Amino acid sequence: MRFMYIVTSPQPDKGPTPALMEAMGKLADREIKAGRMLDTGGLLPIAMSGAQVRITDGKLGVVDGPFVETKELIGGYAIFELRDMEEAVAAAREFMQLHLEHMPGWDGTCEVRVLATPGVDGACEVGTRLHA
Amino acid sequence: MTAADVHRSILAVWRIEQPRLITGLSRMLRDVTLAEDLTQEALVAALEHWPVTGVPDRPGAWLMATAKRRALDDLRRRSMLARKQAMLIRDLEQEQQAMPDLDAALDDDIGDELLRLIFTACHPKLSREARAALALRMICGLTTEEIARAFLQPEATIAQRIVRAKRTLSESGLAYETPHGSELSERLASVLEVVYLIFNEGYAAASGDEWLRPQLCHDALRMGRVLTRVAPQEAESHGLLALMELNASRISARTDAAGDPILLMDQNRMLWDRLQIRRGLSALARARELGGGQGFYALQAAIIACHARATTPEDTEWPRIAALYGELSDLVRSPVIELNRAVAIGMAEGPAAALAIVDGLAGEPELKNYHHLQSVRGDLLRKLCRFAEARAAFEAAARLAGNKRERALLKRHIAEIGDAEGRVLISE
Repeated sequence: MRFMYIVTSPQPDKGPTPALMEAMGKLADREIKAGRMLDTGGLLPIAMSGAQVRITDGKLGVVDGPFVETKELIGGYAIFELRDMEEAVAAAREFMQLHLEHMPGWDGTCEVRVLATPGVDGACEVGTRLHA
Repeated sequence: MTAADVHRSILAVWRIEQPRLITGLSRMLRDVTLAEDLTQEALVAALEHWPVTGVPDRPGAWLMATAKRRALDDLRRRSMLARKQAMLIRDLEQEQQAMPDLDAALDDDIGDELLRLIFTACHPKLSREARAALALRMICGLTTEEIARAFLQPEATIAQRIVRAKRTLSESGLAYETPHGSELSERLASVLEVVYLIFNEGYAAASGDEWLRPQLCHDALRMGRVLTRVAPQEAESHGLLALMELNASRISARTDAAGDPILLMDQNRMLWDRLQIRRGLSALARARELGGGQGFYALQAAIIACHARATTPEDTEWPRIAALYGELSDLVRSPVIELNRAVAIGMAEGPAAALAIVDGLAGEPELKNYHHLQSVRGDLLRKLCRFAEARAAFEAAARLAGNKRERALLKRHIAEIGDAEGRVLISE
């Protein structure tokens, strides 16, 4: 199963501490080598670089930051391939534990979502042809 | 939460921690098989304690401390090579005292140790089956029961196989060594062979556990990713990873709702996994950059890539596929590959050219009972409007097919020939 981890925080200005950066770097390196992490990335604060393309009342419009009304902002994401939701939650706990240890006072959420990709629901074909 | 839920979530936590536990322990103890035993013992301890205490905040550190304690007990008790033992005990005791950095071993770079694990588990001294079981256990953290279910074997058989394999490794002094340089390249074949075996066991399975079979594909892919990360200079690893990613990208398009197979040309390409195809194509590109484009796995991946790149069946580059099968055939003489080449030639140049190749293969002993030979012949003959011969070929194929679903598909072909024949007669 493929999972997307989306980390949000109400304190978007607080970038990660160097200690947290190092710990997350180690974790990412390990998970990539262990063949489980497919991709990861951090997002710059939306005030610096973001824009929103919205549809409101049937009209399309582009809005540049900063977005003062936004309560929770996405700080980063990761894509994992894991066996099941239990594993996904265990991995997310480990990731958030690093924040607890290396960035005191920080609040945030790591949302674990299942990616709707086809592929792991048990379908296996009969036969051993190369052309199947 | 029920007891079963707690058990499942503890297992999940353990599996997340398992790679760095086993790599950390094997570095410390200089013995891969002993390290594996200890990670299992740590799991047993967690299953005892955590339902009562809850999962600790740092489960990895807890498991590591438990495993180390067991290791110390075990070493003290055992009368093995005295000097090595004294040295290890001293090391371990020093590390125990070096609190609070208890899990320093957990944070070291795991790349080299993972490489060692894979090469030890897949040692050419072991049988292919033993290598597969050991790799699934040591690299992917599968339990003996899960491996048994996946390979449709009794649990006792797999347990025996693992115990024997570990004993072989220990007794031959192979429990802690990593090949380097040219030796690594030479031994790589025996590793890739096992990873591919595991993948195919999951991919081409005719029966077995609904859930665990695809899990084997997933675990083989994981091992492929590990290999390309920890030994990135080996072209064939990238080739195999490409082949597996590209094949796995079609998993959900390969069967219909009833579980019946859908042939590649009839699959709904919207169901192909684009992310996986992208990963497969980039692994193939990497294999080529490293000069391995003509390798056994890379050539097969290149063939599948032709299909993956075609948005519609009509876009398929059949001449290129035929040429790639030609190269593959030069590399490994196999009538099965020749048969596949014939199929591609049939699409590229027409049924007559293909039939010439297929008829040339009729005497091959390896294909004597291979129903695909007859079903390919039937298909070519039908396209050439030689309906009576086509029907005979499909009937022969149906007699040879061991699988109910494939027999049903062949029967459909036979019925269609009747229709086609009728249409030809009417139009005349």
